[in-house]
Amino acid sequence: MESSLAISRGAKRAPIAWRHVRDQVGLYGAAILLALWTLAPIYLIALSAFSTKAGVSAWPKSLLPTNFSTDTMQFFINSKGVLQSVGNSVVVALLTIAASLLLGAPGGYALARFRFKGKQTIQLSFLISKMFPTAILSVPLAVTFLQLGLYDTVWGVALIHTAMALPFVILLTAGIFVGVPRDLEEAAQTLGCTRMQAFVRVVLPLALPALAAAAIFTFVISWNEVFAATIITLQHRTLPAQVLSSLNDSPLYYRFAGGFFMIVPALIFIFLIRKYLLNMWGSVVR
Amino acid sequence: MAGIKFDSVRRVFGKTVASNDVSLEIKDGEFMVLLGPSGCGKTTLLRCLAGLERVDGGRIYIGDRDVTDLAPRDRKLAMVFQSYAVFPHLTVFDNIAFGLKMQGRPKDEIKRRVQEGAELLQLQDYLARYPAQLSGGQRQRVAVARGIVMQAQVLLMDEPLSNLDALLRLQMRAELKRLHAEIKATTIYVTHDQVEALSLGDRIAVMKSGRIVQCDVPMNIYDDPASVFVGGFIGTPPMNFLKGVVSAEGAPQVVVGESRIAPTPAQTPALAARRGQPILLGIRPENLAFASSAQRNTLRGHVVVVEPLGSHKLLTMQVSGETIKVSVPPDQSVASGNDVWLHFDADKIRWMDAGSGDTIH
Amino acid sequence: MRSKVESALPYGLLAPTLLVVVLLIVVPIFQAFLLAFQGSDGGFTLAQFQKMVHDTAFLDALKFTFLLLIFIVPLQIILALAMALLIHKRFRGHSIFLYIYAIPLAISDLAAGIAWLSIFTERGYLNSILHSLGIIDKPFLFLSYQNLPAVFGTIVIAESWRATAIVMVILLAGLEVIPRDYFEAADVFGATALKRTLFVVLPLLRPSLQNALIIRTIFAFQTFSVVLALAGRVIPVLTGEAYYWYAANRNPNVAAAYAVLVMVFTIFITIMYFRLLKTTDAEAGYD
Ligand SMILES: Nc1ncnc2c1ncn2[C@@H]1O[C@H](COP(=O)(O)OP(=O)(O)OP(=O)(O)O)[C@@H](O)[C@H]1O
Ligand SMILES: [Mg+2]
Repeated sequence: MESSLAISRGAKRAPIAWRHVRDQVGLYGAAILLALWTLAPIYLIALSAFSTKAGVSAWPKSLLPTNFSTDTMQFFINSKGVLQSVGNSVVVALLTIAASLLLGAPGGYALARFRFKGKQTIQLSFLISKMFPTAILSVPLAVTFLQLGLYDTVWGVALIHTAMALPFVILLTAGIFVGVPRDLEEAAQTLGCTRMQAFVRVVLPLALPALAAAAIFTFVISWNEVFAATIITLQHRTLPAQVLSSLNDSPLYYRFAGGFFMIVPALIFIFLIRKYLLNMWGSVVR
Repeated sequence: MAGIKFDSVRRVFGKTVASNDVSLEIKDGEFMVLLGPSGCGKTTLLRCLAGLERVDGGRIYIGDRDVTDLAPRDRKLAMVFQSYAVFPHLTVFDNIAFGLKMQGRPKDEIKRRVQEGAELLQLQDYLARYPAQLSGGQRQRVAVARGIVMQAQVLLMDEPLSNLDALLRLQMRAELKRLHAEIKATTIYVTHDQVEALSLGDRIAVMKSGRIVQCDVPMNIYDDPASVFVGGFIGTPPMNFLKGVVSAEGAPQVVVGESRIAPTPAQTPALAARRGQPILLGIRPENLAFASSAQRNTLRGHVVVVEPLGSHKLLTMQVSGETIKVSVPPDQSVASGNDVWLHFDADKIRWMDAGSGDTIH
Repeated sequence: MRSKVESALPYGLLAPTLLVVVLLIVVPIFQAFLLAFQGSDGGFTLAQFQKMVHDTAFLDALKFTFLLLIFIVPLQIILALAMALLIHKRFRGHSIFLYIYAIPLAISDLAAGIAWLSIFTERGYLNSILHSLGIIDKPFLFLSYQNLPAVFGTIVIAESWRATAIVMVILLAGLEVIPRDYFEAADVFGATALKRTLFVVLPLLRPSLQNALIIRTIFAFQTFSVVLALAGRVIPVLTGEAYYWYAANRNPNVAAAYAVLVMVFTIFITIMYFRLLKTTDAEAGYD
């Protein structure tokens, strides 16, 4: 837009201004339209989740919060197994974050800092396992877990989620550590640090914000995972597993409240890591 | 006592031999400059000494300790990185104090020594700032201060001035010289700026393709280059080389184009041994002067370009079919297209083997 | 001594991850094959696959899985491309729009399905709007088995809505690495916005587009809970059948057969992906 202005500078002014206005209107019009498309379902599920139970089956419905109420949400939260499943989801997600970062970050560091035989192959295998339908492996794993006593435990779910998240975490953390100049670490070593101390005192503080974003990324993977969690658990459901397994025999308002409840963290997390959206999600999900 | 000794140090990266059996001894308190073209292995040698690079062969000693297998932290040296490597998450104070904290020094000692170091490098006003709030030159000084406060007996600097602008470079060069006089640490200083090398070094080690080709005091490196490579690398503009042939009979003389050059008595025996063989005549641009007529040791030259550079005029000339540079006083009247006689003292000539390029003594 | 430890270090750092990957991905793959091909006597059998193939839902599941893929993937890419190109203009306030477009990234397919359920259900918002516009007077059953194309359509919309964000981020990341000079050069030579997009932007973006295409194709095979939330088993899909056989029919063997089928499709596409990747890497000097 700027360049088109620059080129035709000196030409008649009024038509240019018109074109500019038209372009701007088109631009914002399209942007707003797409934003509405994205936001509408979120708004409407929120509307459903915060109406009375009767409001959910009212007909026809208003698009405005005319019968705002927390009844539905309260009903959902107080339903049998829901709070427990939320707790399970959080525990599983935290375990997944801890395990995949503790296991994956050193691997990512190795990929970022060392040259060694087989590096290409290892990198490739992570790329492949990232695309692999890991969740589907919960079918055979369920059989194994039964024997190991991991079936229907948060540990079992966290284990599968860790396997799902690890390839992402490795590649993410490798990218993060590549971003911390190696000579900072070497400088620390010449100044009296061991390798470990150099890592803790120099690399870690510098990588921390990005690592936190990677942790959130992992949280989202785990929090949202449905298939494995449903297959692996019976009593100790995570939230999505709880909602999914009761889809057929639960009232609509229960489902709406559950759907909304699952969406809220998404809004918060995307907001928290908006700075990392492109170089993290954009480079790793592909 | 912290002399440094490299004993046949070898480092290979795939097919590149970055360090080809380098042996070098540096005396306690000496300021040694490593000089050489890009990629010749200067940084590699330094990193081997610092323990950041493992060696594939040979040993390294600091004082009488064999440090070859020690971790960087156990080598008790300080290093200033080419890229500064100033920690962005720490203030200037904490950057300078980093090494002292790692040694577990008491708080007041750290504070005192950081203050001293900051004063030395004129950083007192910036101690509370973060590196992002500093200019390049200031960051550079933080890196130097961080190395210096360690009071290590060995100080390594890898092109510490390469990222600075010309003026700052000039200032920092003088500062470093003053600093070394003050702290007297055994210093290895990497650069590919020969002016820095000549001005700072007690000795200069010139490197090429992973080897040290000459190691001597600066004036000898300049006056007595060990080879065509050294002569052609040092000096702006570098030494001129002209092809000649040693006369087959009579007193040994060298025929260059139409001129006959007589060596000094000291040079004569070496030339006598090469009768009839080709040879290279090396002469620095400032050792050539105009002469009014043909005399002993003159060359006929044709002026191609005249560049007035203030302190002198730099001429590009054709002599016996080869291009050379000549530096003349600024008031010398000369124009391109002139044909002139060039005169020089025989003892300024360095004779090199036409095949190997090594200097003949 | 030290150098030996040094050269073993990367392997040591990677070992725990590799162990987990082997134990939780590689071993289960073999187990899946065992479960799917092993009879009760321990010998090789195709019985599970026969059971799978002869199940009434199987062909439908296969059909719908591929149909969904064919409809969803292009729709996602077009929408995402529009969003990415808009954001790439860096207009005032673009970062807010980026945030909005990216929100579905973190929304699960189950939650997305439920959100759209509130719109498409019998007394949902879509019917309410159509009613207030006077287009219908009693609710249209979007999600009934009697209106299969409509049910299918709702799933396409819901899944596209969710996964567009992922594609958008991939494409935008791809756009960011293209030097802006190229676009500006096109402007200077007087290209219209449309021509610029067609002849400059899209060719340069091809590697990212291919990436997105293949990744989304792979994940389209795992579409599952969106379908479940909106249509139950009216529209069967492969992963959903695996779930039913395991959870409802208590038959891990047939479930494993479905799992093996999905894996085979994925592996096939992955191989294609790396073939493509090799050629595009050479073409796209900046990637
Ligand atoms: N980690 C490495 N892997 C592979 N080759 C390397 C590595 N480090 C250095 N080399 C090679 O070793 C040679 C010497 O490199 P070195 O960095 O020591 O050169 P240098 O003299 O410091 O050059 P410069 O003046 O450009 O800094 C070069 O050819 C370089 O390509
Ligand atoms: Mg170097």
